[in-house]
Amino acid sequence: MPDKPRVATCSLAGCFGCHMSILDIDERILQLIELVEFDKSPIDDLKEFTGRCAVGLVEGGCCNEENVRVLQEFRKHCDVLVSVGECAICGGIPAMRNNIPLKECLDEAYLNGPTVHNPRRVYPNDPALPLVLDRVYPCHEVVKIDYHIQGCPPPADAIWQTLVALLNHRPVDLPYEVLKYD
Amino acid sequence: MSETLSFTIDGVAIEARPGQTILQAADDAGIYIPRLCAHKDLVPFGACRVCTVKVNGRPQAACTMPAAKGMVVENNTPELLEHRRRLIEMLFVEGNHYCMFCEKSGNCELQALAYRFGITAPRFPYLFPDRDVDASHPDVLIDRNRCILCARCVRASRDLDRKGVFQFVGRGARKKLWINAETELAGTNAAAEDRAVEVCPVGCLLKKRQGYATPIGRRLYDRRPIGSDIESRRPTPTT
Repeated sequence: MPDKPRVATCSLAGCFGCHMSILDIDERILQLIELVEFDKSPIDDLKEFTGRCAVGLVEGGCCNEENVRVLQEFRKHCDVLVSVGECAICGGIPAMRNNIPLKECLDEAYLNGPTVHNPRRVYPNDPALPLVLDRVYPCHEVVKIDYHIQGCPPPADAIWQTLVALLNHRPVDLPYEVLKYD
Repeated sequence: MSETLSFTIDGVAIEARPGQTILQAADDAGIYIPRLCAHKDLVPFGACRVCTVKVNGRPQAACTMPAAKGMVVENNTPELLEHRRRLIEMLFVEGNHYCMFCEKSGNCELQALAYRFGITAPRFPYLFPDRDVDASHPDVLIDRNRCILCARCVRASRDLDRKGVFQFVGRGARKKLWINAETELAGTNAAAEDRAVEVCPVGCLLKKRQGYATPIGRRLYDRRPIGSDIESRRPTPTT
C-alpha cells in the first residue's frame, strides 16, 4: 500500500483560530487521519519536516524573520502551499500596524504604553528573539502560494473541501456560501 | 406609451425607455451588470467603472451611457469579467478592508462583488494606506479606511437629504472623503437617518450601535450573490 500523503501545517503571525477551524471539521477528523499523515504541525507537535509533503497549510502572515524562515521551509517541502485565513492572505489584524512606523509601534509596546513597566527603557533584545519586520507581509508576497482559503477563520467546510479536492487532484471549486471573508 | 429603443446585450433583445441608461434598461430586463457607485435613487456618476461594458466595440460605463437604438452591448464576456475582477481587487488593496471586524460584513456590496467573482486573494500588492477615522458624531461613524470614493454619500446628501454634508478633497491617491465642517462630522448637520449614510456600499459610513445585529447566515449576501434579485426578474425564455 502506498504511503499516505503527508500534510504539514503552521501558524505564523496568526491566532491559531484557523487551526481551531481545522479541528472544527468534527467527526471528519477521523476520515482525515485515514486519508493523510501529519508532518510538521502543531497538531502532532512535530518541530521539523520528516519528508516531502503533498499539502502545506499556512495560517498567519509574516511579521518577523522566523515567520519568513518557516514559510520558506514550507515552500521547499510542500508540493502545494495553501494560505489559510485572512492573516495569511492579507496580513489580517497584525497588519493593522502597517501604516504606523515600526519605531512608534515598539515605543508604544515597550516604552510608552499605559501598562508598561520598563525602568531600563530598552526594547527586548535577547539574541534568541526573532527580529520584527518593518511591516506584516501576506504570505503570497514572500513565497509562491498556490491556493487561498478566505475567512477569519475560514469555515471548516472550506478547509475540508479544499483539502479533499487537492488530495484527490481535483480542481478546488468551493460553493458560493463557503467563500467568506469574515 | 412613448416609443421604446431596441438594442441588444450579449445578443439578448432589450427595450429601453427614452432617457434610460444601459444599466437601468438592463436592470428592468433582468440582466445584472455589476456596479458599485451606481444606485437607483442617485444621479449617475461613473466613478467606479465596475459596470464597464462594450458598446459597439468601445468600453463605456453602463451607468452613464444612455441607451440608444441599435446599440450592440457586450456585458458577460471573459475580457470584461476580467476587467471588473481586477477593478474589485484594486479596490481591496488600495484601502484597508478588514472584513473580519467590519460591521458591514455580509451586507457590503464590495465584499459581495468579490464573492460573486470568486476572488480568494487580490493579485496586486496591498498598499496599507494611512487613513482617518472620524467618530466625533454621536450617531454616525466615518471610517475612511473602507472608503472606495464612489460618491454615493456625496450625491445622496446633496440631492436627497438637501444637506451637502460630504464632498471630496485632494486628487489622485490623496483624494479623500471630507465633510462640510472645519474638522469633524460632529460639526455638520448630518444625522443617522440621512440617506447618505444608508447608501454607502461599504462600511465607511455607519450608523453607530447597529453593528452585528443580523446573525451570520442571514445577512444580505450570505446565501445569494449580489445581483440575484435583478437576475430573478428575467423572464424565462419561451421556446
